[in-house]
Amino acid sequence: MTLDDMVRGHGSWLESGVDEGPVISSRIRLARNIEEYSFPGWENEEGKRAIWEKCSGLFQSSSADFICWGMAETTELDKEILFERHLISQELAANDVGCGVFVSPDECLSIMVNEEDHIRIQSLQPGLNLMAAWQAADRTDDELEAELTYAFSPKLGYLTSCPSNVGTGMRASVMLHLPGLVLMEEMDPVINGISKIGLAVRGMWGEGTEAAGNMFQISNQITLGRREDEIIAHLEQIVLELIAHENNARIRLMNDRAVVIEDHVSRAFGTLSNARMMTSGEALNLLSTLRLGLDLGMIDEFSRREIDMLFIAIQPAHLQKLEKQELVPEDRDVVRAEMLRNFMDTVSDENNSD
Amino acid sequence: MKCECCHEKEATIHLTQVIEGHAKKLNLCQECALENGIDLNSPISITDVLLGLGAHPQSISPAATEFDLSCKRCQMTRTEFKKRARLGCPECYNAFMGELSALTKAMHHSGQHVGKIPARQGNEARITAQIAVLQKDIETAIAKEQYEVAANLRDKIKALKISAQSLENGDANDA
Repeated sequence: MTLDDMVRGHGSWLESGVDEGPVISSRIRLARNIEEYSFPGWENEEGKRAIWEKCSGLFQSSSADFICWGMAETTELDKEILFERHLISQELAANDVGCGVFVSPDECLSIMVNEEDHIRIQSLQPGLNLMAAWQAADRTDDELEAELTYAFSPKLGYLTSCPSNVGTGMRASVMLHLPGLVLMEEMDPVINGISKIGLAVRGMWGEGTEAAGNMFQISNQITLGRREDEIIAHLEQIVLELIAHENNARIRLMNDRAVVIEDHVSRAFGTLSNARMMTSGEALNLLSTLRLGLDLGMIDEFSRREIDMLFIAIQPAHLQKLEKQELVPEDRDVVRAEMLRNFMDTVSDENNSD
Repeated sequence: MKCECCHEKEATIHLTQVIEGHAKKLNLCQECALENGIDLNSPISITDVLLGLGAHPQSISPAATEFDLSCKRCQMTRTEFKKRARLGCPECYNAFMGELSALTKAMHHSGQHVGKIPARQGNEARITAQIAVLQKDIETAIAKEQYEVAANLRDKIKALKISAQSLENGDANDA
């Protein structure tokens, strides 16, 4: 499979899932290092190449068909696409020698080599299902561990380049769509509260990104002194509480400001159906409003997942790949508006033919 | 909790700094934090704060610059480690143990791994982890005033320690 095929489809983690109203996806990341080498940021090029060769060998002989991208041979545009699809980090994209990623065809598993740590296993699942994501990551970890000696200490657990990941080396995170809390202006206290109990809140594309389109990622900070299942259970419990808060906020919104919300949703519908130019920021916000309208039963022309896929498809690199050419931002805005209009047309056509 | 600076307003900012190898907690109100030059919006990570990067220069002990420790395996110096906030190799965890144990405790509120253990690790790692889990259970039992449960757990730890020791002696005999 090539990236050209991939940009036309979506990762299996965007299929239907548990609590898929406010929850988009669940993710587990494991950080692992090979005992005999220095961490990637301090290892020389020769060492990093040797690590890459070692991992390539393992994935080539693996029964699953992993697709491989070496960063040195990947164009900037393709790196951006992998980033927009949540398969690599910006840090990996910025590197080249000995750095790359192995992705499962359904895009639920991706293994980055020589990012901040030698090996970063990422496992994605649709909806709220951290346990399934953990089990898949754990299996991949077992397979790698059969061939590699990991850096591990009985006291500190898995040794990582940054001490903030030491121990389990695990970051569990859940991506949530929380327009109710944002509209009720209750998100700031929620973020404050969450950071006090050892969890972090980030934007849709992880570290250092803004919470565009009312999307938030909640993840654990503590990795040492707790078992993997304890970390997951704690995070899941907080996410369930957040979902309850979000649903509560939506009920109050509908009680107090139903017309305002209906107006918002209808305007989003109108703008997406008619605009001739649109920035990705505006598109994300309008799609978020549409998704809320869907959750509240105000519209039923399309599924949540169709909107979730658009969240990724309207990103700059995806648009350029589909158009098969480099585009300046203004041209991208035109192409983006056209793509969204076409999408809205097909759904209203389907409706008329019913 | 009152602010430790003005002793008047409620403390809303809770910082932990490592000063000469000891983690020090600091609780401040918004105003005092700003006055003391703590920028809440700067993108520094908790690692940076704990390593003293985001703090006042005087909080980095003068000993650290005079006596630059380095990792024997990968040659990363302590200064370099503080600058990057990333370690050089697995051995660095031993080389910089002094700083790191305070740092990891402040970050994770624990110094003992209890999660997954690679299959390649020997029994020693497994027993250490089991003891750590039981130790945690004892604390919970004591908090709930279940002293009989705690005593049972303590006996289990004793037994594990004895088996760990015999394992060690066994290894020595093999060699």
